[in-house]
Amino acid sequence: MSLPPTPAPPGAPARRPSSGRYSALRLFAEGLRGQRGWRRAWARPTPRPEYQVVIVGGGGHGLATAFYLAHEFGITDVAVLERGPIGLGNVGRNTTIVRSNYFQAPNIRFYEFSLKLWEGLERSLNFNAMVSQRGTLNLFHTEAQRDLFTRRANQMRLLGVDAVAVDREEVRRLVPLADLDNGRYPVLGGFLQPRGGTVRHDAVAWGYARAASEHGVDILEHSEVTGIRREGERVTGVETRDGFIGARTVCLAVAGHSSRLAGMAGLRLPIESHVLQAFVSEALKPVIDVVLTYGAGHFYVSQSDKGGLVFGGAIDGYNTYGQRGTLPMAEEVAASAVTLLPALARVKVLRQWGGVMDMSMDGSPIISHTPLAGLVLNGGWCYGGFKAIPAGGFTTAHLIARGTAHPLAAHLDLARFAQGRTIDERGVGPFPYAH
Amino acid sequence: MNAASARSPTRTEMLRIPCPWCGERDEIEFRYRGDATVQRPPPDAAMEAYVAYVYARDNPHGWHLEWWLHTGGCRRLLKVVRHTLTHEIREVLAPEQWPQEPGESQVP
Repeated sequence: MSLPPTPAPPGAPARRPSSGRYSALRLFAEGLRGQRGWRRAWARPTPRPEYQVVIVGGGGHGLATAFYLAHEFGITDVAVLERGPIGLGNVGRNTTIVRSNYFQAPNIRFYEFSLKLWEGLERSLNFNAMVSQRGTLNLFHTEAQRDLFTRRANQMRLLGVDAVAVDREEVRRLVPLADLDNGRYPVLGGFLQPRGGTVRHDAVAWGYARAASEHGVDILEHSEVTGIRREGERVTGVETRDGFIGARTVCLAVAGHSSRLAGMAGLRLPIESHVLQAFVSEALKPVIDVVLTYGAGHFYVSQSDKGGLVFGGAIDGYNTYGQRGTLPMAEEVAASAVTLLPALARVKVLRQWGGVMDMSMDGSPIISHTPLAGLVLNGGWCYGGFKAIPAGGFTTAHLIARGTAHPLAAHLDLARFAQGRTIDERGVGPFPYAH
Repeated sequence: MNAASARSPTRTEMLRIPCPWCGERDEIEFRYRGDATVQRPPPDAAMEAYVAYVYARDNPHGWHLEWWLHTGGCRRLLKVVRHTLTHEIREVLAPEQWPQEPGESQVP
């Protein structure tokens, strides 16, 4: 799983002033100078008529793809087109959890690659993304569930990934607030991935945007794609509100709206759009220092550095592009929260919102060529998109730069559906609302 | 079956589905069963047609024809025309019926 060597950057010097290196010393010096020396973190370039690569979508995956294209593969003739400002899409609407505790081996390898990139992210971006490996703890409540988690943990350990079985007393020590003896679903134990944790999601978007921009990538905000131009079976560029932009490769990284963008090129995808809700409570003193997931319902929670409890559940379960949910899922999440952590019953929820997910037909993502030459798809992230940003960006950049799939993402191709190679982590079949 | 759109539809609280047999009920009585436009191809159809039937979806940004099962009521399968952005429900039909052209959503 070693990274390919970094090629020397192409001869052309940086086309724009740098925002400079961020460091504690600089922070101190700027403090003395009245903070007047900071410059824009990423440039606001004028769009050029043509690029080697146009990435549609300036979220986590689009920006990461642009960064790795420039940083690892030496391709800097790249534009990232974002409909709104950077950071207001799903990259800023998730619950910030990173982990690699999957069940199926290809998923474990892919997300473990991502976790390793997270571990070195702040150094490679020179940006404080507040990577916090506080551990992710999944609770089990029945003996059958214990067997399932044990198998999952063993599978991870066979692949060299950290996983620890913890008993009730250890759960009690890790999460004193949890009611382990609740009448309906007593907690029997848990399954801990110590290297899992959280990352400040906005900083991920800003850090990748800044680093990509320093490499010469054009980040074009408020640039909405309205069409995709085809010549026969080849894609030649995108129509935007400000005119046509040509490209040798167009990459869609617009999870939530992949069907709409692919539809502009005449493709139908194995994807439905669904809403996933998230919630933040009022700020509390530190009460939970792991990422905790409840095993008898849909609820997971972590505490942000500001003190708010960040929590969520499952998708609402009907097709929607509305960035909001309905109350039944909010009620289910709240009921689970109070069952597991009764002390939270009187905590107030400050904010609730929804993000639109690409729910794929097998619950796994798609990083793939498409039936159209020059069109690459990064999508179908279901609700695993945030943790996958570094690996998704790296492997998508590999696919664009080398023309072949990265070995860790080769199984995520579109052809898997027709060829019976679906990666159905939950084993529920081709029903997006069930994943 | 225009009961839901006749009154001001809820934006965030709850989908209210007017079941033709039971009347208007909260979404918690129903189970979503997916896209109702997909049709099983004839037995001798090409493999591509079956792949599209099982996996490919229009996933429209607008009106969507979909199945809901009234598990907490009459337990019948309903065909619902719902807008995927505004959540407005325009028409609820029996499985064998087909809807009219729904036009624009009335919900801002």
